[in-house]
Amino acid sequence: MHEETVYDALDTAHGGEGQWAFGTGFDDPLAGVDTTVPDGVEPADLGAYCLMLGDDALVLCQRLTEWATRAPELEEEVAIANCGLDLLGQARLLLARAGSAGVLGRSRRHATDSIPDEDALAYFRDPDEFVHHHLVEADGGDFAQTMVRLLVASTFRLALFAQLRESRDPVLSAIAAKGVPELTYHRDHAARWVLRLGDGTSESHRRAQAGVEAVWPLLADLFTATEVETRLTAAGVAVDPAGVREEVRGVLTTVLERATLTVPAWPAERPSPGRAGEHTGELAPLLATLQGLAREHPAATW
Amino acid sequence: MSAPTLDRRETAAVPDEAALQAHFDATIAADRRVEPRDWMPEAYRAGLVRQIAQHAHSEIIGMQPEGDWLLAAPSLRRKAVLLAKVQDEAGHGMYLYSAAETLGADRADLTDKLIEGRQKYSSIFNYPTLTYADCGVIGWLVDGAAICNQVPLCRSSYGPYARAMIRVCKEESFHQRQGYELLMTMMRGTDAQRAMVQDAVDRWWWPSLMMFGPPDDDSPNSAQSMAWGVKRHSNDELRQRYVDMSVPQAAALGVTLPDPELALDPETGRYRFGRIDWAEFKQVISGNGPCNAERVSRRRAARDDNAWVLEAATAYADKHAS
Repeated sequence: MHEETVYDALDTAHGGEGQWAFGTGFDDPLAGVDTTVPDGVEPADLGAYCLMLGDDALVLCQRLTEWATRAPELEEEVAIANCGLDLLGQARLLLARAGSAGVLGRSRRHATDSIPDEDALAYFRDPDEFVHHHLVEADGGDFAQTMVRLLVASTFRLALFAQLRESRDPVLSAIAAKGVPELTYHRDHAARWVLRLGDGTSESHRRAQAGVEAVWPLLADLFTATEVETRLTAAGVAVDPAGVREEVRGVLTTVLERATLTVPAWPAERPSPGRAGEHTGELAPLLATLQGLAREHPAATW
Repeated sequence: MSAPTLDRRETAAVPDEAALQAHFDATIAADRRVEPRDWMPEAYRAGLVRQIAQHAHSEIIGMQPEGDWLLAAPSLRRKAVLLAKVQDEAGHGMYLYSAAETLGADRADLTDKLIEGRQKYSSIFNYPTLTYADCGVIGWLVDGAAICNQVPLCRSSYGPYARAMIRVCKEESFHQRQGYELLMTMMRGTDAQRAMVQDAVDRWWWPSLMMFGPPDDDSPNSAQSMAWGVKRHSNDELRQRYVDMSVPQAAALGVTLPDPELALDPETGRYRFGRIDWAEFKQVISGNGPCNAERVSRRRAARDDNAWVLEAATAYADKHAS
């Protein structure tokens, strides 16, 4: 270990970039990727679909990150940050893919040209342009409810991504292939906690059951395809969420039963209001925190 | 964690303590490493536990000032960088608590001592992060000062601490580069961003100088620590090294360090700097800084509000132990 050289390199910041471990400045997450939209696919549909999957990841990342510095153990700080980072990475790729398909909504009215697509979409859309499910925007509640929600969200997303690896859009297919092992870990991590809490103490059981009761109604929105999803599924690009219902139900039932928790009745399914841009009162404050600084300085680069 | 304690008692029962002491002294003199199962003087063990715990606490409390910007980071790339950094700090805390555990300490007990104010953490983390530029300045100056302090600890006489510090220093060095890179980007940005950077430098410069601890003539634990090879350089020596490194970096960045007395001494080639406000340092270290109460109360809440989670995990493990 050379004591004198640990950070001498900072002085030479103006020459070369060799001293930066990952370079400086913004790197387009899709740099070098052929983003041509496949034949027979409407770019607007592809972009809208990427926003759905991207917003689910971005908003859930934000909710998980609320636990930072507040988790039950240091190991859990690390684990939650892992899940958040994975979801953030997925969100960046998906929002960039939406941008490359030309779907930027009204975001470009506010964001200057120096702001990359992923940030224009994340920071300069209004709440009614976000298309994630209510499942991910709901307040996380206590640690039990947080883990039940992570279990449900990661089980659903993993089932989708596993099939999405076969998408005719090579970009979506690659994003899904990267996401599957990540989501497998999220699901496993959440399931282990649901087991420990359900089958732990009477208090943790009570809290885990309350978490299940709070999260379960949100399953109602997940399995009805939007028109975009229906068209893209026919084109071999998207996955019909109805097709993963039984897998999701099976996994959740198995985990909850092993955790000695009561599985509530399956909720009456409905088209997702979130996918149509209709949200609960939870979203505006969440976005105000997420977007506030970026919007205060629309001409800035970070 | 009982093994090292038992070893210590068994060896302490051996009558020839003078021989053990002589062996320990020879290890230190030869610049070899002391390992967990080796005999060591009680004061060496206690001093190390104090220092390593304080270091671990600093990593964990140090997650908070920057963690406060995680939800509001102004781009997705910056959010990813910051989340990974805060995660690294949790990891550093874990290695360091583990190093303390090799000396017979217990992580939960050390955490209790932190929360009850019986052990300290670095005074720097009791200052607030008012703008996003603070995240960059913490990386550049605070992590930079930490590196100056910590690189020599990679040669600490206690093996587990020295080895933990090697990894910690590599990651800190990376964080420092990320912080400096954020500041460079902001300095190339808008006037408002440049003003933010200068304001953050103005607020963090003096507290970063205090990170090296009291001056050498007022540092009660230093002499013994140096003699034992736990510490390798004096507080003032490290502070001077940090100033000498930071001045050209500030110039490259285009910011002014808030010290009118800062000037190159042509004879020594080192920078002279103004008088540090040690009264402020004493106030902050004794609990009266701007954020002391908030920092500790969040750590307390993380422990108390989630105690039921750990009880559940323990109960589950007991039920399913085969």
